[in-house]
Amino acid sequence: MSEKIGNVWIFIEQEGGKIANVSLELVSKGKELATKLGVKTEAVYIGNNLESSVSTLYHYGCDTVYLSEDPRFEPFTVLPYARTIVSLVKEHRPNIILFGATHKGRELGPRVASTLLCGLTADCTDLQIDDFDDKIGQKQYKNKLMQIRPAFGGNIIATIVNTWQDPQMVTVRPGVMKLNDPDKSHKGKLVKVKAEIAPEDTVIKVIERMQKEKDIDLQAAPIIVAGGYGLGSKENFKLICDLAKAIGGEVAASRAAVDAGWINHDHQVGQTGVTVRPKLYIACGISGSVQHRAGMAESSKIIAINNDPDAPIFSVAHYGIVGEVNSVIPKLIKAFKAKV
Amino acid sequence: MSYTIIVFVKQVPDTKNVTGEAMKPDGTVNRAALPAIFNPEDLNALELALQLKDRFGAKVIVGTMGPPNASEVLRQSLYRGADETVLLTDRAFAGADTLATSYALSCCAKKIGKFDLILCGRQAIDGDTAQVGPQLAEKLNLPQISYVEEVISLDKNKVRAKRAIEGGFEILESPLPALMTVIDANDPRPPAASRLMRFKKAKTKTELLAQHAGANYTDAEFIEGEMQELKKKSLWINELSATEAGADLERTGLKGSPTKVKQIMSVILKGGTFKKIEPTEEGINSLMHELIEDHTLG
Repeated sequence: MSEKIGNVWIFIEQEGGKIANVSLELVSKGKELATKLGVKTEAVYIGNNLESSVSTLYHYGCDTVYLSEDPRFEPFTVLPYARTIVSLVKEHRPNIILFGATHKGRELGPRVASTLLCGLTADCTDLQIDDFDDKIGQKQYKNKLMQIRPAFGGNIIATIVNTWQDPQMVTVRPGVMKLNDPDKSHKGKLVKVKAEIAPEDTVIKVIERMQKEKDIDLQAAPIIVAGGYGLGSKENFKLICDLAKAIGGEVAASRAAVDAGWINHDHQVGQTGVTVRPKLYIACGISGSVQHRAGMAESSKIIAINNDPDAPIFSVAHYGIVGEVNSVIPKLIKAFKAKV
Repeated sequence: MSYTIIVFVKQVPDTKNVTGEAMKPDGTVNRAALPAIFNPEDLNALELALQLKDRFGAKVIVGTMGPPNASEVLRQSLYRGADETVLLTDRAFAGADTLATSYALSCCAKKIGKFDLILCGRQAIDGDTAQVGPQLAEKLNLPQISYVEEVISLDKNKVRAKRAIEGGFEILESPLPALMTVIDANDPRPPAASRLMRFKKAKTKTELLAQHAGANYTDAEFIEGEMQELKKKSLWINELSATEAGADLERTGLKGSPTKVKQIMSVILKGGTFKKIEPTEEGINSLMHELIEDHTLG
C-alpha cells in the first residue's frame, strides 16, 4: 500500500464526565488493532468539562485524545456530536472508527457514516485485521477490518468488510471486548478541538430526562446465576436468588423469564440483553436459545441444569446436570454450605 | 390542519422462529424456508402513525423497498388504516446495505414530496442494525429522535416525544419535519375486518399485469382502465422503479453498498470439555468440590 494508512479512532462515550465502560473496552481493542496495523490509537472525546478524565484514556492505551468541549454538547443530542466528528474525520482521515453499540453509539454512528458516505457495521462481537479477496468485485484488499457480527436473529455470524474508502466504521457490543489493565505510566497527547456546531444542529431540545443507574452491573460480576422459563413460576425463581446469595453471585435471567415478569430487564442476558463473560455462569432451567447462548457462551465455566437432556444450553456447558432445577438448586446450596 | 406521515416498513424473514430446515448445509440461511413477516417494530411505527391520525388527523403513507411480493406488507398496512402505499421495487435495489437502503428510501420520500413526519421501526429482525432510520434522516437533512415510545404532543411546528435511553427516558422536542424511530412500546392494532375485505384486492401494477397475463384482452387501454378503476377505489399500490424514484443507480443496491459480506457461518457455540453431573447429592457434592478446588467458587 503506497498511501499511509490512518489511525484507529474510538468515540468515547461519557455521561457527566464518567467514561462508559464500553469505550474503555474499545480503547483496549483499538490498541490491539492499531498495534497490528502499526498506527496510533486515538480517542475522540466530546462533551463539556472533561479534561480531568482524559488521563484515564491514556492509561488504557490512547496515544492521542482529540478533546472537544462546549456547553452545547450537554445534554447529549446527536447533531452537534455528528458534525464535530465528521469535521475531525475529514481533517485527520482515520482508518477505523469504533463506537459502542449503545443507544448513543447506534444513533450517532449511522448519522456520521451517512454523511461521510462510508460503510458501518452494527453490533460487532469481534474485530480482526485480515486481507479480503472480493471475488464478486474482483479486487484484493490488504489489512482490512474484519467486522464480525451475529445476524438473522443470532442464527448466523457474518464477517463484513468495508470496501470503500476509509474510515471503516463499526459499533461494538458492550461487554464483548476484554478490558486491558490500565497502565498509569502511559502518557498521550491532548489535542483540543473547536466544537463544530451549526445553528440547525441545536433544534432538538431535551425537555425532560430521567435516568437511573442500572439495578446491577452484570458485566462486572464474576459469578452469575441465571434462571429461565423452566423454573415454572415467579415463586420458584426465588431459588435463583437464594443460590446467588449463597455463593456470592449476581442474579440474571433469560428473555423468557424477563418476559414472564419474574425479574426486570436489567437482569437479562443475551442478544437483547447484556453480554457477560463471568468466571462462573450457572444456567438454571434455561433451554439455551441461540440468542441467549450468544450472551454467555464466553463465560469461563458454565454449569447447565435442565430436565431436557437435549436442551441446546448443554452444547456450551462445561458441566451438565440433567434434572429438575427445583430440586437440584437446594442441593447445590446445601453442598456449597457444607464445603465452605 | 392535517399532517402527512410517511412510515417506512420492511418485509423480513421470521428470524425468531428459525428451524433446522432454514439453515443450509453450508451454514447460510435458506430465506425461502422462512415465512416472510411484517417487521415487528415497523408495526409499532405504523401503530404510532395511526394513533397520530386518530388524535390529530393525518394522511398515513406507508412505503417499503423489497421484491414485488413485499406488496403484502403494504396490504397489511392498508388493513390497519394506512391511506396510501408505495412499493420501491427494482433489481437495481438488490443487495443494498444500510447506506444504499437509506439512499433509496430518501429518493422515495422526496418523490412523495411534502411530509411532516417519517416514522420507521427502530430495527429489522433480519439484520438488527438500527441504522437505516438515522441514515435516512441524514440523507433528508432531518432532525432525528430514536427509540421513541410515544408522542406527547404534535402541533404544526413541532413534535414532542418520549424516548428510551439507557436506564431511563427523555422527552425531546423537535421541529417538523422530523424522523423518528419507534420501539416495541405500543400494541399494534390488528387488521380491521372491514378494511381487510376491502383492501385485499389492492394491487401493484406488476400484480395487475400478472393477473391478466395470458388473456387476449391485455391491451394497454384495458390495463389503463383497470388501473383507473383501482385508483378510484383506493386499491392502487404505487410501484416505483429505481429510475422512477429518481435514484442514481450508482448509489443503489450492491453497487451503492460499501460493506460486503466476506463470510457467513452458522452459529456453533461450543463449550470446552463437557462433564455430566448426576443430579444426586453425591454428584453435586463432587461438582462443588471441584469448583472450590480450582478456585471458581469460595
